[in-house]
Amino acid sequence: MKDKIINGLRFAGLGFMEPLVRLINGEEPKKNSINLVKRVVIPVFSIFLFIMIWHGGATYLYNVEADAKIEKALNDQGEEAAKEMEACIASGDVSCKPNALPSPLEVFGAYKKLMKDHAEISVKKDEFKQKVAKTNEQRVAKGQKPITYTGRPSFVDQIGTSLKTVLAGFVLALLIAVPIGIIIGLSDVLRNSFNWLIQIFKPVSPVVWLLLVFMIVKTLITDPDLDKSFIISFISVGLCAMWATLVNTSVGVSSVDKDFINVSKVLRLGVGKNIFKVVLPASFPMIFTGLRITVSVAWMVLIAIELLAQSPGLGSFVWEEFQNGSSESNAKIIVAMFVIGIIGFMLDRIMIMVQKVVSFEKTEIA
Amino acid sequence: MEVIEQESFIKEFIKPKLPQELLSRPDMLSCNNLRKVYPTPKGDYVVLDDLQLSVKQGEFISIIGHSGCGKSTLLTMIAGLNEISGGKITVDGNTVREAGPDRAVVFQSPSLLPWLSALGNVMLGVKQVFPHATKKQRLDICKYYLDKVGLGNDFNKRATELSQGMQQRVGIARAFALKPKVLLLDEPFGMLDSLTRGELQDVLLEVWNKEQITAVMITHDVDESIFLADRVIMMTSGPYAKIGDELVIPFERPRNRRDVLEHPEYYDYRGYLMNFLNH
Repeated sequence: MKDKIINGLRFAGLGFMEPLVRLINGEEPKKNSINLVKRVVIPVFSIFLFIMIWHGGATYLYNVEADAKIEKALNDQGEEAAKEMEACIASGDVSCKPNALPSPLEVFGAYKKLMKDHAEISVKKDEFKQKVAKTNEQRVAKGQKPITYTGRPSFVDQIGTSLKTVLAGFVLALLIAVPIGIIIGLSDVLRNSFNWLIQIFKPVSPVVWLLLVFMIVKTLITDPDLDKSFIISFISVGLCAMWATLVNTSVGVSSVDKDFINVSKVLRLGVGKNIFKVVLPASFPMIFTGLRITVSVAWMVLIAIELLAQSPGLGSFVWEEFQNGSSESNAKIIVAMFVIGIIGFMLDRIMIMVQKVVSFEKTEIA
Repeated sequence: MEVIEQESFIKEFIKPKLPQELLSRPDMLSCNNLRKVYPTPKGDYVVLDDLQLSVKQGEFISIIGHSGCGKSTLLTMIAGLNEISGGKITVDGNTVREAGPDRAVVFQSPSLLPWLSALGNVMLGVKQVFPHATKKQRLDICKYYLDKVGLGNDFNKRATELSQGMQQRVGIARAFALKPKVLLLDEPFGMLDSLTRGELQDVLLEVWNKEQITAVMITHDVDESIFLADRVIMMTSGPYAKIGDELVIPFERPRNRRDVLEHPEYYDYRGYLMNFLNH
């Protein structure tokens, strides 16, 4: 049982919980307590340290901003106004709140508010669905399109949209980069002749990709029912992120252990068998390293692309809140920042888990 | 005093001849005027030059020589994995142009595909060689050879779960299961400890006795070459390596280790080979 839990934790990348499990089992208390301190207590302490530094910094910036506001009131409108401003700031009224880096508490407040907002919108959505259920049935029967909810999306909805975009972009990158990588990996001639293309396009900025994709999609897709901004953003994400996989696949394929290639030659395996039975499995570790980089790049450029493509999602959420400019919006932006970071981290963990399942190398994958 | 004795012993030694029965068989493998050149920035490096070799059907030969003399180059050329710079290699009358399952290779490192099981590794080749056989027939072939090399209970173990010696057993099974015309062994036991090496030599000999496939083995272990081969080919050191000498080992087959070691002529043969290598 204990070993099962430990193996499960390791598999999920939560190996640092191992000393705790062993300690609960009463196993080597001294060694495991030390390990617990090393692997759990100190990292948790570092989180607290981070929050404290953040809090200190936020308080300092708040004071600087408040002082500047009072100073400005003093200079512009005289002493009376300055005193009024000071009182107003002390009371915490929204109208005169200094707009600075939000403190951890404010961010947590914003997080709770966003969740509450999500709950409310969900309720509204459900009510709407019930209301239009009958009408929609009739419309579908008549061959018309059903009525959908078009109200403001909640924060959680936007996370969902972003994940959907990243997933679509990732699949696109996979479908383009892996086959091309294999083909150019197998042939020196092709690799050399495509190298310039890869070297030129690899460093191109996400923004430029977006514009390029926009130019093409705009012409090709004229159907107003299709979600053009979604299509543009996922294609851009895929094109930005696929390079790591392409390069890794071609390098992995071209550097397969010579012994394996010799085995394939002696057995005279056909092209397809050679690729699927020998070359691909042998280069899986390299391809997966590429795919992991692709996922993290996709998630990173997604925010920038959504912001520009006006596609709904975390990127546009951040942009809208920034335009909003209130102190609460700043807190929401930081909530989004953490959510983006944590999701990126989780995506990477998922990729590692998949890699552990498919890869023949059972050694530790960092 | 001792030196003089040894020299006189070499003079007295009469090389045995290949038995008439073997001589009457047709050639299975022959190399004519074989040449191998590696281009280097400093000019061409000639590894093998004007090499002649012929092997009878069902004969087991071993090739010994110093490291870097071109033994492995010769073997990979026969296998079709290395380009031939000049001359010709024929196997059963056909000129060698590329690698193929009629010349199965047991590599120095086991070279099993680590993502397949022991059975899967053997099956990959069997499927290529017997495309028209039923699934059951193929499985029987794989299992027969894996059983013969002592892996009867480990069919489904992954290659990575097996020890080096076990992996090489699978390598041997894979080569035999192809039913090749020529079996090429490239220092197959070079990476094993001496105990495992002895075991595997016995395994190899046992399977080989049943199949009598023409075999060419590269080795630098003199005892191994005497124990296994009908004829030991000695290569001169490179560059311009060729065949320096050969020694027929006329021991009765099937052989077993103790009889070979206790044979009165064993140390004569051993001394002859050592003498070649030391000069």
